[in-house]
Amino acid sequence: MTDAAPSRFESPASVREGLRSVAYLADEGIAGVVFLAERLGKPILVEGPAGTGKTQLAKSVAELTGARLIRLQCYEGLDESKALYEWNYKKQLLRIQAQRIAESEGGEGWDDIEEDIFSEPFLLTRPLLEAIRADEPVVLLIDEVDRVEVETEALLLEILSDYQVSIPELGTVSATQIPLVFLTSNNTRELSEALKRRCLFLHIDYPDIDREKEIVLTRVPGISESLADQVVRIVRSIRSLELKKAPSVSETLDWARTLLLLGIESVDAETATETLHILLKYQSDIEKAAKDLSATTAGSR
Amino acid sequence: MTATDPHLPRGSSAGLLESLSGFVKELRNAGIPVSLTENLDAVEALRHIPLEDRDAFKYSLAATMVKNNAHWKTFETVFEVYFSLRGREYRLGGEGEGDFDAEDMINTLIGAREGEGQGSAEGMTPEQLAEMLFRALMDGNDAMMRALARAAVTRYAGMEPGRPVGGTYYLYRTLRNLDLDSMLERMMQQERRRNEDETDLEERLVREEYEARLDALRREIEAEIRRRLVADRGAEAVAKSVRKPLPEDIDFMHASREELVALRRAIAPLTRKLAVRLARKRRHGRKGPLDFRNTVRHSLSYGGVPADPKFRYPRPSKPEIMVIADISGSVAAFARFTLQMVYAISSQFSRVRSFVFIDGIDEVTDYFKATEDISEAIHRINTEADVIWVDGHSDYGHAFEAFWDRWGRDVNTKTTVLLLGDARNNYHAAQAWVLGEMAKKARHVYWLNPEPRSYWDTGDSIVGQYATHCDGAYECRNLKQLERFVEQLG
Repeated sequence: MTDAAPSRFESPASVREGLRSVAYLADEGIAGVVFLAERLGKPILVEGPAGTGKTQLAKSVAELTGARLIRLQCYEGLDESKALYEWNYKKQLLRIQAQRIAESEGGEGWDDIEEDIFSEPFLLTRPLLEAIRADEPVVLLIDEVDRVEVETEALLLEILSDYQVSIPELGTVSATQIPLVFLTSNNTRELSEALKRRCLFLHIDYPDIDREKEIVLTRVPGISESLADQVVRIVRSIRSLELKKAPSVSETLDWARTLLLLGIESVDAETATETLHILLKYQSDIEKAAKDLSATTAGSR
Repeated sequence: MTATDPHLPRGSSAGLLESLSGFVKELRNAGIPVSLTENLDAVEALRHIPLEDRDAFKYSLAATMVKNNAHWKTFETVFEVYFSLRGREYRLGGEGEGDFDAEDMINTLIGAREGEGQGSAEGMTPEQLAEMLFRALMDGNDAMMRALARAAVTRYAGMEPGRPVGGTYYLYRTLRNLDLDSMLERMMQQERRRNEDETDLEERLVREEYEARLDALRREIEAEIRRRLVADRGAEAVAKSVRKPLPEDIDFMHASREELVALRRAIAPLTRKLAVRLARKRRHGRKGPLDFRNTVRHSLSYGGVPADPKFRYPRPSKPEIMVIADISGSVAAFARFTLQMVYAISSQFSRVRSFVFIDGIDEVTDYFKATEDISEAIHRINTEADVIWVDGHSDYGHAFEAFWDRWGRDVNTKTTVLLLGDARNNYHAAQAWVLGEMAKKARHVYWLNPEPRSYWDTGDSIVGQYATHCDGAYECRNLKQLERFVEQLG
């Protein structure tokens, strides 16, 4: 089954190149797993700290392959009718009422109506079903899957392993093309074994210093090489502290942009301390980092 | 999959599959759950990637078999052992063939610049080796660093074939000879000479960069030793000797410094998950009594038929927690992690009070209130709390008596008391009656013991005497067990 699908990528290296062309700098692990997922026709479960580009990866892959991105944002209380499909209840009612009028003039019987109102025109597709039914290539992004309850996770299982949806009244809808599926998780709870087993696992961590610098250079136009270098090195230094929430890549980018707007060419301890609130989101973290940065000034020499 | 399809990866041999099955077995031994389907997925994945690309190989195995980031490090170690680079140069021959290879490499690397004067690298003195290492580190020259790491292992580790010594011993010998700390100082001096007017921030960043490079060197040396061990003794034997417990299985009482760091890193996501789970349980758990008004309001959409009964949200009472922890040396780590976990889910309790003791006892609730940072609170406990009465050896009896004297009144029917410690009382009086009184007044009294159950009541451990008064005594040797206990508490 997997072999029949036309390959979109040639090798892990070509995935990496491709992603670079849409301004997403992947490392070998990311490119390798995306390549494998496409070849094996398996979903990818992307995990990692917030703001490291998990969602962006799905978007970039969609852009790269020219596929339509279908997104399902998960939240507590998400259910079948929001994720899979729903019968268009109002339309069905109207249909029945129209039938009554027709019947009084001698029309079809109940059986025909029943068959009629549980058919495709009365079906409202939700993201998952939509991704399955699409004719063109799609990328399905199931965002923050850890937010749904364990029971709701089961909804996803059929889609993830067989790429099909069973609707009791209609039968089984199978995918005509295998969508690339990305599930993201912020790891606020353990996902079920059944879900994990069906997916390839990818952990995206904070990038290493060279890659982060490259990301800053691509994403913040107009920044000088030396400033970018300083920015990522200071961020690395802050990440090594024991913080509630370490600065993410997106926060690094925000910080770099801010420094650029302020017209700062070289960061010293003072500027860093003053603009810390862009990198860190908790007051206790900001205080800790500020103390640490100023301690350097006082300590050495 | 068609019938003609070979089920083996492209270009593979029986040898690869054999290594793979050994590899999977070792992963399972190390505690990583690899299911049969995942194993098959891995083999399937290998059909699609070029096997000569080692990184791609590694990532495909990881993506298909390791589904938890905390297990990554273990995976990496096992991978290094089973699929390490093998070849002539890693064999521990008596003639030291490795020497030639490594030093050949060094010669080619430096050859262009100063090849003639030096003569053969075989006669390289330790000073020269250190000097070259210094230069490679300053320039961040990775290839050179790797070659030098190999040379250093050959020279200093003193590895002999067939000796059943673990890798740490060789690592220690190599690092002692290289003396990386003074290397760092030397690098910093050089840096200061180069940039006189460097700001402090800049200097700190440079220092961190150098530290990272030295770390890389250390890892390279470790990997090199491991490779040679594998070449000498075979993957299975080495895998067994380098096997380390997963973070959630690390024993609190015998954790090394490195493992403690791993524990501290592992506990944060664990407690966060626990807090989320408990909060959800509270919201979605049992249903409260019927909410009449709400039911009637919703019945309007069913034509006045109360088809959809609505219930009030339950408001289960939150317990008040008192943690009484032994913080003497042997169980300090255990107390720390338990306190951290309890405080992380403190929103689940109406109040948390904590007491620490060795032979005296002191209340430390305020330390946790003053700061959000758990490490700082722990630090204050260790330096400021007044827990020593006579000699600083655990005396559970006296500590409990003192507790009952000073805070016994505060124990009431809403209180759940957690007692943490190994109950090794140094043969002092047990004063178990205190717990008896406590159990009468408190809602629950639990004992958490970081020792394996088989050690209980041996030697000076008197946990049995105390446990008879408790609602339960639990073995909490690692994060997994601790998490399970704390969850049922919330």
